[in-house]
Amino acid sequence: MKHLLSILLFLLTLPVFAQEPAKGAESAGSFNPGEVILHHVADSHEWHWFSTDNGNFVSYFPIIAYQPGKGMLVFSSEKIAEGKSYENLKLEDEHLTTLDGSPVYDFSITKNVAALIISSLVLVIVFTSVARGYRRRVGKAPTGMQSFLEPFVIFIRDEVAKKSIGPKYERYMPYLLTLFFFIWFNNLLGLTPGAANLTGNVAVTAMLAILTLIITLFSSNKNYWGHIFAPPGVPWALYIIMIPVELVGIIVKPFSLAVRLFANITAGHIIILSFISLIFIFRSAGAGFLSVPFGLFISLLELLVSILQAYIFTLLTAMYIGSAVEEHHHEDDFGTAEQSHGGSNLGNITRSDVAAH
Amino acid sequence: MSLITPEFGLLFWQTLIFLILFLLLAKFAWKPILGSLKEREDSIESALRMADQAKLEMQQLRAGNEKLLADARLERDRMMQEATAMANQHRETEKARATSEANHIVQQAREAIQTEKNAALAEVKNTAAQLSLDIAERILRRELADPAAQTQLVDSYLKEVKLN
Repeated sequence: MKHLLSILLFLLTLPVFAQEPAKGAESAGSFNPGEVILHHVADSHEWHWFSTDNGNFVSYFPIIAYQPGKGMLVFSSEKIAEGKSYENLKLEDEHLTTLDGSPVYDFSITKNVAALIISSLVLVIVFTSVARGYRRRVGKAPTGMQSFLEPFVIFIRDEVAKKSIGPKYERYMPYLLTLFFFIWFNNLLGLTPGAANLTGNVAVTAMLAILTLIITLFSSNKNYWGHIFAPPGVPWALYIIMIPVELVGIIVKPFSLAVRLFANITAGHIIILSFISLIFIFRSAGAGFLSVPFGLFISLLELLVSILQAYIFTLLTAMYIGSAVEEHHHEDDFGTAEQSHGGSNLGNITRSDVAAH
Repeated sequence: MSLITPEFGLLFWQTLIFLILFLLLAKFAWKPILGSLKEREDSIESALRMADQAKLEMQQLRAGNEKLLADARLERDRMMQEATAMANQHRETEKARATSEANHIVQQAREAIQTEKNAALAEVKNTAAQLSLDIAERILRRELADPAAQTQLVDSYLKEVKLN
């Protein structure tokens, strides 16, 4: 490994030093990797496929702007592309604003919204065809796509839902499955060159986390709130500390969900883009000998991360729901000692979760 | 920074599209998929249970057969024993009967012999008496003149008589 690395470095350094004086002077400030990377990671109002010396190949999406008092306005984003303004509207760093500063709500079909629609269609097509497979071959072994996806469905059901939620798992299965496959498919689609970074967008992950929070709160029982307002096994005096901590925990849990997914996916994209940018920073094809293998390695890692993050998000969602629907059973079965033990365990989990984020 | 500020529009579309996606998948994908999986698992489980039951029944059947066989063997042994005992008994009674019959016959024979013997003795006695009488008669007829002749006569007569 060391040997390989030194060869790579050797290959890298030679052409860099050879070409640096020749090209370094002519365009020092033309490539800003930070800007390029953030542009690729962030949402945009057009789908920028690639650029050549002859121009950009871009698909423009419709802008849907709602201005209080003026109503809805729909037009192509081409009209406000590259700093142009149209009907009092312009784009500032992909953020729709008005020229005179009046409020505007941006409902545009952005790159992420387009990717969202495409991925949702893919999900619907894939899983309805899988479902058709079950209906067509009743009682027979699964084939093709069905046999590939079935283990994941069974895994989510048996290892995630049944173990984390308990006997009431069936009600939450559709949400957990949708969540898992939505995140996984979008993580994978996000790795496709040129595609949108949907699950690395904080609005998307925040919405998923809020949905988890809503479901958790709506399925919570007396026992759940009992653990928050009267943590078992905790002396009365500590309630002053425990209750706010537990209340904050309610919000922190989904917040950590949103941030974890967003940060993991965005970080992965940034690392890959950074390695690719090395080529442009060094202005040398030789840098490719280093950045391509490293980028490839990170890309493969991201394939793993994409399913891992989907799994973690789904598992934690299932655990939060599980804690909300958990019945007050320890006391009845094992006595109060077991109950206080279980309670402190739950406390530990919550605290460590809070501490981790 | 735009990266960590949720865009209102995307939040709106994400909520709308994700909920539609969730409803569509729940109705057209998860429901049939989970239903089929459950159905398949149930059928496998019931098949396994049935196989177990069949095995148990088979075992019971085999045990029943063995019991039947053992019973049959026992019955046969009992019957054999019974038959042997009966045969023995039969033989014993037959033997006893034969013995008693034989004894009876011997007894009868003995009695017959005794009777015959008695009859023979009586006849001998009679004959002897008759002979004695004859001899005496003849002696008397010859007028018993000569005592030597008389003795000779007696002897000749005695020679004539063959005591058998």
